[in-house]
Amino acid sequence: MSAPTARPAISASPDAGSGDGPWPHVLLAWPTVALTLLFLVPLGIIAALGFFRRIQAGFFEVAFVTDNYARALDAFHLERLAVSVVLALAATLVTLLLAVPFTYLLTRRPRARQVPYLVLVLASLSLSEVIVAFAWSLLLSRTSGISNLLVALGLMDRAASWSPGLAAVLLAYVFIALPLAVLSLYPTFSRLDQELPEAAGTMGATPLAGFVTVVLPLMRRAVAATGALVFIFVLGAYVIPQTLGRPAQWTMPVHITDQAIMKNHLPLAASLAIVLLVVSSLVAVVIVALGAGRWPRFALPGRAR
Amino acid sequence: MKLASARPLLLIVAAAVLALAAGTAAAQTLKVAVYGGYFQDSFDAHIFPRFTEETGIAVESIAAPTGAAWLVQLETAGRAGQAPADVSMISQTSLLRGMTSDLWVALDESRLPNLQYVRPALVGRDAEGDLVGVGAVSWYVTLVTNTDVYPEAPTSWAEMWGDHRNSLGLLALPENSFLLEITAATFFGGTDILDTEEGILQVVDKLAELQPNVQLWYRDEGQFQQALQSGEIPMGQYYHDVTGIAAAEGFPVLSTFPAEGGVLDSGSWAVTRASSMVDEAHVFIDWFSQPEIQDLVARMIGTAPTVERAFLSLSDEEFAAVSDESTPIVPRYDMYLERGDWLNQVWAERVTR
Repeated sequence: MSAPTARPAISASPDAGSGDGPWPHVLLAWPTVALTLLFLVPLGIIAALGFFRRIQAGFFEVAFVTDNYARALDAFHLERLAVSVVLALAATLVTLLLAVPFTYLLTRRPRARQVPYLVLVLASLSLSEVIVAFAWSLLLSRTSGISNLLVALGLMDRAASWSPGLAAVLLAYVFIALPLAVLSLYPTFSRLDQELPEAAGTMGATPLAGFVTVVLPLMRRAVAATGALVFIFVLGAYVIPQTLGRPAQWTMPVHITDQAIMKNHLPLAASLAIVLLVVSSLVAVVIVALGAGRWPRFALPGRAR
Repeated sequence: MKLASARPLLLIVAAAVLALAAGTAAAQTLKVAVYGGYFQDSFDAHIFPRFTEETGIAVESIAAPTGAAWLVQLETAGRAGQAPADVSMISQTSLLRGMTSDLWVALDESRLPNLQYVRPALVGRDAEGDLVGVGAVSWYVTLVTNTDVYPEAPTSWAEMWGDHRNSLGLLALPENSFLLEITAATFFGGTDILDTEEGILQVVDKLAELQPNVQLWYRDEGQFQQALQSGEIPMGQYYHDVTGIAAAEGFPVLSTFPAEGGVLDSGSWAVTRASSMVDEAHVFIDWFSQPEIQDLVARMIGTAPTVERAFLSLSDEEFAAVSDESTPIVPRYDMYLERGDWLNQVWAERVTR
């Protein structure tokens, strides 16, 4: 497509950069330095903190004990870990089921028509998790929530309380993840060659069949990457499960916060955080690998790899 | 080019000089940490200006999160020789934790003549007998109801075990709900049963019977207050002071001191070792312990005084608004320090499950 013109542009930039003195290098080095100083070093400290000795009536002392990691992997916390992962996967699946068709249909529209939708999506992205959680706890309440509207419309007999509970947590998860998913899918979907689904159409495929057999296989990497992004994003949420969930939906982040903030048990909080990080990374890698795997039959010759 | 690249450096140096200058200026100000939100606003409006007027010591209020979270910050900063605040209002459990890790300054009692008025239970001493914490304010956790749903006030904590499916809002953690103490006082004749693990397990089993009645295990006060006011969750445990304020604003809520007593919890003043304002901190703590200042705090902020009633000038009506003469349920802070980790596990597995 545009590869020949793109190449010289890329190779020209270092030349232009060296003419400006050291600043481009300094600027480019910044992400590396920031990542090291602000991410890897604190992460190392947290991993080490997990081995420190808890002093029950005080804080902790520097030591090397494995009690905290053992506790983080006991039956109770493993169950919480499983609940957290399953909840996040469920939210990811629902989010993708909504975001993929939405983004596809959005990118099929003329540019000018897309703008209001994108503005709305961006606007809802600006809501913090705290605001979303509290807004939904009101919207799902018996006294002032949506069910009153349904009663007024004659669809329900009497108002009901839908929060806290599993449905409330999932709903809020999907609500915060949906704009992120749309924005993540949008660039790839808007670059999709419009002629491909059209070609599928001329060969007799219904729009749905064309979407499933032609568009989705082409988009699978983007969909998987978005899935991984949403999964990690949702797994880290803690106000939503704490506010909208019953104890059965209290995820690892809720328990980590309790240990760190309420119980002054920093070594256990640290080891729980490391366990969560390892497991969430593994799941995310699996999701991305699923997207990179060969899509049976539908992959177009010459485009697969 | 040289000048251009030197400019950022100059700016950094200038900024550093300014920051240092600001730091020295701030050192003249006593930094006092109180819970952010309502407490901080009230102290800024009614308490600190009067202190500055009477003593000439400027005060900067610092918004502190819950006791345990603030303790983490003080501890971490203290290890680096920093004092985010000179004087902190701190929960009783956090005061004891800080003692273990030697976080607090030992206060000089000869410079605190007003200490004589403070209730003995709120004169906090460490293992060596040194004074490290002085009661600042007290508050009650009581049985609260929405009067639209329950026109008649309950009389006992046992009401929570009644036929009220999905109707209760309770604090989610053992160390801030004091539900073990409440259960022990209601069904086991007092909190002595919490001396042993076997006793604690009996109380936990009784408490676990509440599970079907609980609609919300809350950590955030605002979440429960909103639900209580609307009648969404018509009963639960909450703070006497803020419930009184909500009732005065016209919300259909009522705070009841049950027959077994309300839970009396307190915040204490403590000074971190990293503070360079220990002299001024003594002046502040002594000033705050005067009965007339405790009167002012009760009237203006609505918390219970930390000095004996005999020394106060509060009318019966004013006193009843913030406190209660019946014997309170006193939290077993020692239990959270001695068996906290075991207790938390039992709690998570049996109470909130």
